[in-house]
Order: sequence, then structure tokens, then C-alpha cells
Amino acid sequence: MKFGVVVFPGSNCDHDAYHVVSKHVGQPVDFVWHQQTDLSGFDALIVPGGFSYGDYLRAGALARFSPVMKSVKEFAASGKFVFGICNGFQILCEAGLLPGALMRNAGLHFVCRHVNLKVENYSTPFTTEVEKSKVLSIPIAHADGNYTCDDATYHQLEENNQIIFRYCDADGEITAGANPNGARANIAGICNLDRNVLGMMPHPERACEEMLGSNDGRDIFRSLTKAIMAEPAKSLQA
Amino acid sequence: MKAKVYVTLKPSVLDPQGKAIHHSVESLGFTGVGDIRQGKFFEISLDGATDEEDARAAVERIAKDVLANPVIEDYRIEVEP
Repeated sequence: MKFGVVVFPGSNCDHDAYHVVSKHVGQPVDFVWHQQTDLSGFDALIVPGGFSYGDYLRAGALARFSPVMKSVKEFAASGKFVFGICNGFQILCEAGLLPGALMRNAGLHFVCRHVNLKVENYSTPFTTEVEKSKVLSIPIAHADGNYTCDDATYHQLEENNQIIFRYCDADGEITAGANPNGARANIAGICNLDRNVLGMMPHPERACEEMLGSNDGRDIFRSLTKAIMAEPAKSLQA
Repeated sequence: MKAKVYVTLKPSVLDPQGKAIHHSVESLGFTGVGDIRQGKFFEISLDGATDEEDARAAVERIAKDVLANPVIEDYRIEVEP
């Protein structure tokens, strides 16, 4: 098993993701420079947070045109796992791997604090190891996390259980007050129809050690690792 | 040839930045301003282009694929000889 962490000019959570995979997940991991196009040997890719290309034009808009992204699309189309965090989520939306878009926070401020997350679907490769009904405490750090999509897309997301995380209060209630950025229906993270591509604004890689205030992020990385381990069996059957 | 591209948020999309600008304008004492929406403006030089239709088609693609995000934004193009 091998994880890859994609590095764009301006990525700044790449080392955090690498650290978590190597130290807490205990699996091999390599950086993937944005000009690299060969992704053979990787089982999962993390598109990390940061400010790729300085967030010029729109957050994630220019990273979409990096050489690696064509390969990332093929990688995702082959059923392998792609996990976009924060700027990574923005990039995956811009690239069309996930529906919708992330706009400027409704309050216009850059928001950097721990938020509570409700897991809306426990049967994705990213959430199987999360304890049922547990409210996750994971930090956000963004100015453009205001998830938006049209009504048709929203209904599809709902119908297909593609909304994975919503901002909630400490009791797990989805309230307007718990929404840090104005995101539609408190959406914090979604997956694609095939459930192998996930994007989320909160940073689980910053919540993997007690010292940092929470280790709830580990549940997500553990889930993903378990899913990758189950993969070879699945492909042998195919 | 030169082209101008105006990128604006779709009418259905809320514009918090425009709202903040509107608020500042009101605080200056302008009372008749109903709404302000923020957008982006691009000037594109098309070196060597001679055919207006070809130029328009190229700029259309640039606007659709790069300058605007069709999920949240509309665009308008002007081509000048």
C-alpha cells in the first residue's frame, strides 16, 4: 500500500498529511510533484490544503491545469482513492471531480478554529471506522469554504448520500449557528457517486494527536487505510 | 485584436464581498445605491489574430474553461479589432 501527497506550488499542508500517514497511519507515503504524471504504485492520493498558485483567479482554479491533474482524473476514474482537504477540496471541485464550488466565506473572514462535524454517511471508504453518532472535532482554516451548488445538484447529493460531513453544534445538531462559512445546508464534505473521491474543508490531518487538541481525524485516515487494504481482494474478483 | 471578458456571479449566487462593498458605499452617504455585485474583468491581447469569429471562439473557450467557473459564474465577451 502506498499513499501519495500531491504538491502544488503553494501547497502548505503537504507535510502535515505526509506526517500523519507515515506516523499515525503507519503506511508508506511519497510526495507527488505537480509536474509528475506517473501515478502507478499509488493506492490513494491526498490533495492537501494550502494556497496552490496563490489562490489566483479562484481558489483551486489554476491547480486544475497542472500536469498531474490529468493523471489524478484517470486515477480516480480507475476507482482508486482521492482525498481532497481544504484547498484540495477546492481543486477537486474546480477539476470537476466533485460537484459544486467553494466560494468566499459568507462572513468574509478567514476562519481558523475547531468545528464540530456530524458524519452523515458511515458506509463510505472514508468513514467506516468513525464511531456512530460521535461528533468529530476537527479544525478549519479557510477563507473560501462556502460550499454552493444548484438545487438539482443538491438533491442529487442528498438522494445518493454523497453529503458526508456537515457542520454541527457540540450535540450533533445541524444549526445555522454552527455553520462557520455560510455553506449550503452546513455542508463540510462530499464524495462522488462512486464514493472513491472525497473532499472536505476541515483538516483531519491537523487532528491526529492529543497534543493538537483532538485526534478525531485519525478515524478518517484509518477508514481509508482499511478500504485500501480491502481493494486488492475486490480487484481480484473483478 | 483585443478581447474583454467580464465574469460575474450568477444572479442566484449570493455575493458577500459585493454586500460588504455596498455597505461601505452606503456609509459614505450614498443612499440611492440598491445593490453592488463584484465581478472580474480581463483584457486579452490576441497577437496575430485577424478573423473576428475565430478570435471570439478562442476567447469563448478561454472564458468557459479558465476565467469563469460555470457552476457559480456567467461571462460576457467583447472582441475589438
